[in-house]
Amino acid sequence: MNELINAIFVIILALNLFALGSSRIISVIRIVALQGVLMGLLPLFIHSHLTFTAILSSAAAISLKGFVIPSIMIKALRDVQIKREVEPLFGLLPCTIIGALVTAAVFLICGRGNAVGQSELSLIIPTSITVVLIGFILLTTRLKSLTQVLGYLVLENGIYMFSLLLLEAIPLVVEMGMLLDLFVSIFIVSIINNKINRTFASLDTRNLSSLKE
Amino acid sequence: MESVLILLPLVMAALALIVPSNYWRPWLLPFTALIHTGATLAVILHPEWGSQTVWLKLDPVGTIILLTVSVLYLFSAFYAVGYLHFRRERPNRIFCASLLAFLGLVSLAIWAHHLGLMWVAIEGTTLVTAPLIYFNHTPRSIEATWKYLVVGSVGIALALLGTFFLAYAAMQGGFTASLNFMDLLKQAPGLSKIWFRAAFILMLVGYGTKMGLAPMHTWKPDAYGEASGVVGGIFAGGITSGAFLALLRIYQIGNAAGESQFMAGLLIFMGLFSMAVAGIFMISQRDIKRMLAYSSVEHMGILALGLGLGGPALFGTLLHVINNAMTKGLLFLSAGNIHRAYASKSTDQVRGALRRLPLSGALFLAGFLAITGSPPFAPFISEFSILNSAFSLEHFWAGGLFLGFLFLVFIGMGITVLKVVQGRVPEDVEESPYKDSFLTAAPILAFMAIVLGLGLYIPDFLQSLLRAAVSFLENQG
Repeated sequence: MNELINAIFVIILALNLFALGSSRIISVIRIVALQGVLMGLLPLFIHSHLTFTAILSSAAAISLKGFVIPSIMIKALRDVQIKREVEPLFGLLPCTIIGALVTAAVFLICGRGNAVGQSELSLIIPTSITVVLIGFILLTTRLKSLTQVLGYLVLENGIYMFSLLLLEAIPLVVEMGMLLDLFVSIFIVSIINNKINRTFASLDTRNLSSLKE
Repeated sequence: MESVLILLPLVMAALALIVPSNYWRPWLLPFTALIHTGATLAVILHPEWGSQTVWLKLDPVGTIILLTVSVLYLFSAFYAVGYLHFRRERPNRIFCASLLAFLGLVSLAIWAHHLGLMWVAIEGTTLVTAPLIYFNHTPRSIEATWKYLVVGSVGIALALLGTFFLAYAAMQGGFTASLNFMDLLKQAPGLSKIWFRAAFILMLVGYGTKMGLAPMHTWKPDAYGEASGVVGGIFAGGITSGAFLALLRIYQIGNAAGESQFMAGLLIFMGLFSMAVAGIFMISQRDIKRMLAYSSVEHMGILALGLGLGGPALFGTLLHVINNAMTKGLLFLSAGNIHRAYASKSTDQVRGALRRLPLSGALFLAGFLAITGSPPFAPFISEFSILNSAFSLEHFWAGGLFLGFLFLVFIGMGITVLKVVQGRVPEDVEESPYKDSFLTAAPILAFMAIVLGLGLYIPDFLQSLLRAAVSFLENQG
């Protein structure tokens, strides 16, 4: 079982780098969706005995992160008919290399401290922190509002992953509340996205610069 | 009783979506607000009427915030009716529903005694208030909404990570992971130090973004500048107070964990930095609503500073939560009236407001004097109390800088405000159909009465509520 969990961690980390290096928005959407599905599957492998609530929350997370949100995003992408694709602030390759360096640095630091090594679950900490940081990189280095949202989703995935450490602390109601918040935020953001595109004829956030001192 | 406070506004929000009449729909706001304030007073007078479950509980600190938000919302709701009648051409379905849903969610955040549930409610308030900024449907309001959503969501996501770190700190301390506030308070002395500190920093940054502490305040001038006056008032006094409550929760746990020193350093720094940034950007600010946004940054800084000083400053800090909200209501609502009467919010056009709108102009001027801490208004009492504590705690540098920044803000804000109210109305400014009416002036007078009243005399019942909150915050109650 441990082998399997570790393999999922590796895939999640690799997906981070694919998301950073991809030049087409549609593939980034799919990568983030796949990452979301893996996140949703993780609790099923980690919990030794499966309870009804664990299965329910897993199912909710997988359907939301893997299917509902990606389809909202793909619809938003079709509506705006983007011509030029990802458009990072600087090249895709430097972004990927920075991502790889961040991953290595987080694992090194966590390995030095005592955060890693007590149990097989403790690898969750460096992995989730890496995912959060990669989300940040995606969010800050992309110019289109849609790709910034994808960065936010990766960030959220990382936080969700950390929560897997805290089995009893997060009751089902709260977990459902968090997923509902995520769904509503993506819903509102996609509406605003559409308005940005209609008003400025593009999703480039550099247009959003009339408010300043 | 908590079901009235939390569920009723949410039900009313759903009702607002169904009601077909653009004219009658806004009346749902004051109707709900009246019941909400009534229920708030009832539950304060009869605490046994509220539930005392592990999930939902009204503690003394929550009481102060609930009272503040409810009173601010009550008068703002009546104003909103007057405002929306003036803007009859715009559909207000989403606007009313958002405002009502906000009241329910902020009440949930106040009652929640589970940090995860509190987070869900606070994130909920971010989402339901985003459409309020977009009400005018201009390119500038889209930009403001986008920035509010992105900065706010990322900030609040960090607060969630911090919340999880806190539960992990308990696990590392050998406890069962829990996010229940009372459990965490009991476990506090045994929490893992390093994880607690990481949690505190993330929650300070996260909820600080929601409050608008510098340097995470960047969304604030844009959002307050583009939103209508009534929305600005509710943001500056309501949402910020809710986020400050979240900060008070982690602060109280930190106090019990013996981390006061660590937290004090960060809070005092953030507080003074926010005041400095606000002061600098207020000088030569030509947009009156952006000026008020920076004033809000300043006052969030004062709250953080007061919290960082702790001990004797806590009474003044909690009093300042109330005073700031009431004065912000006064300022934003009168600024909204001035904005409408000139169809502009830049001091290039807005001049001579005392001539064009004698009442709103005078109230705006009085609000400026109040918010900058001039006697006899209420903020003077709370700011003086915080300043006094800074010196009595021998934080001479912090006290000195606090005084210096207050002075800077007074000058910066004074230049703009005096330009707005004094002089003659420029000749190229068109005649305006807007005149102060009962619904758009009376709520401002009510705020004015509270700000003046609290400055002259703090009623005994409020004093005892504040003292109970302070001893709860210091874990003595």
